[in-house]
Amino acid sequence: MTATISPLSEVTRSDAALRTFLHGLPGVDRVGADARAAGLGTRSIKTTAKAWAIDLAIRMVDLTTLEGSDTPGKVRALCAKARQPDPGDPNCPSVAAICVYPSMVPTAHEALRGSGIHLASVATAFPSGQAPLKVKLDDTRAAVAAGADEIDMVISRGAFLSGRYLEVFEEIVAIKEACGKAHLKVILETGELVTYDNVRRASWLAMLAGGDFIKTSTGKVAPAATLPVTLIMLEAVRDFLDTTGRKVGVKPAGGIRTTKDAIKYLVMVNEIAGDGWLDPDWFRFGASTLLNDLLMQRTKLATGHYSGPDYFTLD
Amino acid sequence: MSRFEYAPAPESRSIVKLQPSYGLFINGEFVDGAGSFKTISPASEEVLAEVAEASTADVDRAVKAARRAYTDVWGPMPGRERAKYLFRIARIIAERSRELAVLETLNNGKPIKESRDVDVPLAAAHFFYYAGWADKLPYAGYGSDPRPLGVAGQVIPWNFPLLMLAWKIAPALAAGNTVVLKPAETTPLTALLFAEICQQAELPPGVVNIVTGAGETGAAVVNHPDVDKVAFTGSTEVGRIIARAVAGTKKKVTLELGGKAANIVFDDAAIDQAVEGIVTGIFFNQGHVCCAGSRLLVQESVADQLLESLKRRMATLRVGDPLDKNTDVGAINSAEQLARIKALAEIGSAEGAERWSPACELPERGFWFAPTIFTGVSQAHRIAREEIFGPVLSVLTFRTPGEAVEKANNTPYGLSAGVWSEKGSRILAIADQLRAGVVWANTFNKFDPTSPFGGYKESGYGREGGRHGLEAYLAG
Repeated sequence: MTATISPLSEVTRSDAALRTFLHGLPGVDRVGADARAAGLGTRSIKTTAKAWAIDLAIRMVDLTTLEGSDTPGKVRALCAKARQPDPGDPNCPSVAAICVYPSMVPTAHEALRGSGIHLASVATAFPSGQAPLKVKLDDTRAAVAAGADEIDMVISRGAFLSGRYLEVFEEIVAIKEACGKAHLKVILETGELVTYDNVRRASWLAMLAGGDFIKTSTGKVAPAATLPVTLIMLEAVRDFLDTTGRKVGVKPAGGIRTTKDAIKYLVMVNEIAGDGWLDPDWFRFGASTLLNDLLMQRTKLATGHYSGPDYFTLD
Repeated sequence: MSRFEYAPAPESRSIVKLQPSYGLFINGEFVDGAGSFKTISPASEEVLAEVAEASTADVDRAVKAARRAYTDVWGPMPGRERAKYLFRIARIIAERSRELAVLETLNNGKPIKESRDVDVPLAAAHFFYYAGWADKLPYAGYGSDPRPLGVAGQVIPWNFPLLMLAWKIAPALAAGNTVVLKPAETTPLTALLFAEICQQAELPPGVVNIVTGAGETGAAVVNHPDVDKVAFTGSTEVGRIIARAVAGTKKKVTLELGGKAANIVFDDAAIDQAVEGIVTGIFFNQGHVCCAGSRLLVQESVADQLLESLKRRMATLRVGDPLDKNTDVGAINSAEQLARIKALAEIGSAEGAERWSPACELPERGFWFAPTIFTGVSQAHRIAREEIFGPVLSVLTFRTPGEAVEKANNTPYGLSAGVWSEKGSRILAIADQLRAGVVWANTFNKFDPTSPFGGYKESGYGREGGRHGLEAYLAG
């Protein structure tokens, strides 16, 4: 099993060892973490820095549709948008990935062929994760077989909150194995974990189990991504790299709708984890409406004036 | 661009209308002084304006105006009427906050982020808070009919020019006193803009008088025989001179002096937030803070890890143009202060402590000092004992809670302290043993008008802020 990191392999030997390790991580002071996130939110990003940040943010978008009403037609339209977000400007970069339900993976796989855009599928009984492990594994294998090269799994929050850390760990390890070559993003659903201490512990748990990315939310629970929660997760991946030498990505998802918000996240990535994470391989935005605001601000910066929302495609 | 480089984001200066010269504010009007001096921007050494220097005779005029205003208007005025003026001043400060923030940053060198988000809002908050007390003084706990003292002579420092003015003037006026205030020599401009605000609020002439100048002007204010109350914030050295000067007179006095605060980090602290608190504690306002957490006491078992995190964090501090909205650390206030910081830092190296600063480019003109930490410092080092009043942190370690308390208290000062631990019982036990006026738990440099502030030992006496701050301006 390649996932487990050798210097820390001891800590996942038993439930007790894992609990001792996770509860031994430094605590998080909520007031201080909130203040730090708010402070970084006051950075003023203008002109050239803003243009650079907007293009990077577009390249980091996991363009997402996760609705019961999704159809192949809807997914094909989204894939077209992912390839060419701004039909009026061929220099506009394409997004990082498309994120869909497993049933839509074949359609998306076809539509994205040759584009270099990643195809992410949620799996493991998304969004609740309340299904037997076997179902979750089948869900994962099916999505990978249909062409997904990234899997966004959910952890069992119930197991985590009742202290069954080893169960959560082993489940992630199993899913990671089922992923094969596909990258695994582990959704913590921080809105249900509630405390920042839990977010830090769940981040480490997911990283120890071999997750390639840690992701805040499904987007189906409020609050979804917040700046302070992402701050804790960025600290976690930074510290994990220091401790183990393995780098893990971060994906805030849900509720990030404006360019202004996206830039606040990028400032935080820059100043907390460092510029090594300012890359679509290591940081993603799980979003749908964000893309159009990024495009609108991009056009505004280039032309000096705002165009109406009808100048940007709705897919 | 392969890295995220923040483009310049300067706050516009155009909101401030600088006049070529400023007079003294006496009896509601700007008048010429005996002499004048230039005031500069410490970030560029650019001359901003010529400011009048008040002589002993000028100070006498100011005290006479204050006395008349006290006897005829302000003293007899019902508290509920005084409150209206204070509320009005508070509102105007809030309305003109951008102008005040830009001017403060120009004249002081502090980052616009701090003058905008801390100094000016807190100054307004102090006036709002004490305005509320003006008609409730009988319920403040100082007797059923507390009386004002008369004329207050107030001398303030350059580190928080407008905020220290608010700390001094708001409670004095709320209690029914009139004031003669001398701003610091290097930072007179926001006090003079405040004088304009007094005019705009139609405050009766003579209630607030601002006399600009250097040490001699301050001495004239303190020594004037018709001053009933002396309030001073500044160095312990000058505080001693003032204490001697007023000894044996009828004058009441409050002194808020230096500090060498210990910021104590236990091994069970929330490390990332503790690092933020250390940074806020010593690099906020370039360390020009009397209550700065200038001694870091860290438990040995986490010292290496914490210092590594601290250094990584310090590398992200943005030092430079104070008007840039992304600047974290601005300019040192004066050439004199810079020389003092440099001298003490040299002593730190010479005494064998290990000096470290992140790589940062400092502007060529103006007064600058890179954020600096000294490790391997012991209690015997001068940088562990003397107030540096700059962005220089001395790092010491401890092994047990008892040792932490002992080292924290082993200073002639006692203004503030910080305790970092996730264990509530430990915080309470340690706070109980620290001889410091303010003890912050899992935070640092947090101020609020409702909270009293002041020191033990050589950090001064008397309290400012809160209900306690009224006592200095009332006769029970």
